[in-house]
Amino acid sequence: MSIVGTRVVRVEDGTLITKGGTYVEDLRHEALTGAVHATFVRSPVAHARITSIDTSEALQAPGVVAVYTAADIDLAPGQAGPVAQPWLADGVVRYVGEPVALVLTEQRYQLADAAELVDVDYDPLEAVASIDAALADETLLFPDLGSNVAQVTGGEFDEHAFDDCEVVVTETIVNQRVAPAPLEVRGAALAWGEDDRLTVWLSTQNPQLARTIIALGLGVGEERIRIVTPDVGGGFGAKIGSDPEPVVLGWAARRAGRPVRWTETRSENLTAMTHGRAQQNTVTIGGRRDGTVLAFRLEVVQDAGAYPRTLFLPTLTELMASGVYHFPRVETSSKGVVTNTTPISAYRGAGRPEATAAIERAMDLFAAEIGRDPAEVRRTNFIRPEEFPYQTPTGASYDTGEYAAALDRVLEAGGYHQLRAEQARRREAGEPVALGLGLAAYVEITGGDGGGESGRVDVNPDGSLTAYTGASPHGQGLGTSLMMLLSDQFGIPLERITVRHGDTDEVPTGVGTFGSRSLQLGGSAVRRAAETVIERARALAAEMLEASPDDVVLDTDRGAWHVRGAPSSATVGWADVAARAGDGELSEDVWYDEGTPTFPFGAHLAVVEVDTLTGKVVLRRIVALDDAGPVVNPLAFEGQRHGGLGQGAAQALLEVMSYDSDGNPTTATLADYSFISATELPDFELLHMATPTTRNALGVKGIGEAATIGSTPAVHNAVVDALAHLGVRHLDMPATPLRVWQAINDARKAD
Amino acid sequence: MRVTIEVNGRTVSEEVEDRMLLVHFLREQAGMTATNIGCDTTSCGACTVLLDGESVKSCTVLAAQADGHAVTTLEGLTGPDGDLHPVQRAFREQHGLQCGFCTPGMIMASVSLLAHNPKPTREEVRTGLEGNLCRCTGYHNIVNAVVDASGQEVAQ
Repeated sequence: MSIVGTRVVRVEDGTLITKGGTYVEDLRHEALTGAVHATFVRSPVAHARITSIDTSEALQAPGVVAVYTAADIDLAPGQAGPVAQPWLADGVVRYVGEPVALVLTEQRYQLADAAELVDVDYDPLEAVASIDAALADETLLFPDLGSNVAQVTGGEFDEHAFDDCEVVVTETIVNQRVAPAPLEVRGAALAWGEDDRLTVWLSTQNPQLARTIIALGLGVGEERIRIVTPDVGGGFGAKIGSDPEPVVLGWAARRAGRPVRWTETRSENLTAMTHGRAQQNTVTIGGRRDGTVLAFRLEVVQDAGAYPRTLFLPTLTELMASGVYHFPRVETSSKGVVTNTTPISAYRGAGRPEATAAIERAMDLFAAEIGRDPAEVRRTNFIRPEEFPYQTPTGASYDTGEYAAALDRVLEAGGYHQLRAEQARRREAGEPVALGLGLAAYVEITGGDGGGESGRVDVNPDGSLTAYTGASPHGQGLGTSLMMLLSDQFGIPLERITVRHGDTDEVPTGVGTFGSRSLQLGGSAVRRAAETVIERARALAAEMLEASPDDVVLDTDRGAWHVRGAPSSATVGWADVAARAGDGELSEDVWYDEGTPTFPFGAHLAVVEVDTLTGKVVLRRIVALDDAGPVVNPLAFEGQRHGGLGQGAAQALLEVMSYDSDGNPTTATLADYSFISATELPDFELLHMATPTTRNALGVKGIGEAATIGSTPAVHNAVVDALAHLGVRHLDMPATPLRVWQAINDARKAD
Repeated sequence: MRVTIEVNGRTVSEEVEDRMLLVHFLREQAGMTATNIGCDTTSCGACTVLLDGESVKSCTVLAAQADGHAVTTLEGLTGPDGDLHPVQRAFREQHGLQCGFCTPGMIMASVSLLAHNPKPTREEVRTGLEGNLCRCTGYHNIVNAVVDASGQEVAQ
């Protein structure tokens, strides 16, 4: 029986549960002997001119090796979309947390003492602390740009688009800014070698991309940079490639002539690591009273933060605007604006959760307006199975989907009709704790970046196997999944397979892990390499068995070759084949770039109880079906879904990165930021369905982000649904007690 | 000042700054790097260790306060012949970890939880681990792991 598809406990765990992982901060590499410690002095104000920086006192502090400012840095500035981004603030600061100076000390505990003595004079400017303030264009972050709007797409709308609609509903929905907050903050260790190459141990999702970014920043060839990725304590999109800090640190290591170690603090992380989401979406949905939607319009405004480095986010939201529905007319537009806040980048889903949140709220608003059940309205508008591949009006080509089946399974498993009856009973009885049911049907895009992935497979002389992948797993368990695929192909047990990744000298080409791409692209690459190696081995085995290559078969139960139809006669094993092979003959390195994007989908039902007297929301249940095609390791697959459900629910209920009107972050520690805990989540109820994609040989789609995408609107819709009988039509996330109470109160007043 | 702490059964005695935190003593002086630091506000629990058998967040204890006491970290849980502690075994079996960063603290907090409540309900596990944050697992399998380690059947 094949190991693929069975539940396999992760190979990665052995060390993690006994000695702990080796994260950047844990490295004791000899190249880092004598390293100085580094910290950044960061702006405490959102928008200001720097009138002076006095480092003299700091330089006198115990253990200080160097203090650097923009005046010292002789590198061309980096680029963030259409604007330059200095490595250290140069004359102007544009967000709280922007790096202004770098302090190096002999010992870690000296850092805070010295950093405090760097005297920076700030002459405050008006802060642009919200999307509305940015759009007003009264204060400009980058006067040379002429506007705070850094990017505009679409927007040529048909003024008659909704003419034939019996009902049209519009609403502006805030998809709030959240902090990715991986448990391991950002960190790096850097050392220049005698060969004039810089080695960077970096907590990243993409070592090869980080190499490109750091080489570009330092103005050196990529061959002079080596990235080594140790264990990484979570990324969630915010550790894609490299942030600007490692470039400054690489420069400083050279200037100071010492290896450098850097680990930010959590409070620093919450303002200096990129944030996610931060969109304001206006939906207009129109159709007939029978539930048929005829037209949908989505206007996206993306708060890009102070340096707009990821303007692909709003366009990805536009691409996925119409979700799982066959709408005759879909129109989208987007604006990316700069504000005096922490820059925005990818966060688990990166543009797709925002699209799903917008359309799934819109469907509920439309259903409420025409007085029909939201499940029924969704079913009326689903793209049907026979319509695939389905070309959306916004340009996506969906591969496969069973949207109605997914929803029906969830409704049945959740006991939807019984729950509706219970809701009605409570309303009838006037009970203060209201029941809310929230649905989301979603489709998302994985491996959507259009790039490929590398994969190499070597049969070693002892018959063991080593694979190299350009993917860069950091908790997903991809190593175990790849080992399972290889074990299945070669008949070699897991204990004799090693998967390596993360060192750019060992894996020179690769794209890495983001966008739920790693199994569908990285897995396909390794599989392709394995197929080639096996075919070469077949020829060798045939010679040894004195048979034609067509007549020998690989018995994957035993990992041995034999003549077809004669399994009990002579066999040759992998070590035998390896012994006969020429140098490198059983090694293959491939670049797989044939896989086009895939479109996982699913349906979620959330059940909440809302205390209408206090506004407190308790998430009672999530019933989730996430279909990403065939599953390699159900253990890892379910783990990815669990994590996604937790983070998705967190956005709906609790988490928001807040700023006051002066651009001061007000949730910049883990004591203030409502990071979701075990007490706020229920046990998850998972349903299974596996619809293969036609777009790669494995048939797999990505699962890393799917459950995040479905769960946020499901939970959000559930909260609004609980309050519908009180006249609440919409409230923005997160559904904190205060917000819920205010929504109830506002509805009462309006009544 | 000189601080002497028994770390996983071994006596470690070092001159340290008065302000040194226990977590840094464990990582730098005792060389036990499993214990991680995830925040600076005693919120995340990644640094949880046992101090004389009771769980503490070692980022909020001075090394000096632990002087003369005994500390157990994740590295000290494994038996002398490499046998896994029931909580370690259950975390792996139930997939109670992904990136592994919260895991040392989460496992130590779970050991402490089970010492106080050997047969917790799922709700009691959730409440008991409220001070330990995980970004990867959504906690579902962590709850499973603690229930499993307690010898109770895992319902789902």
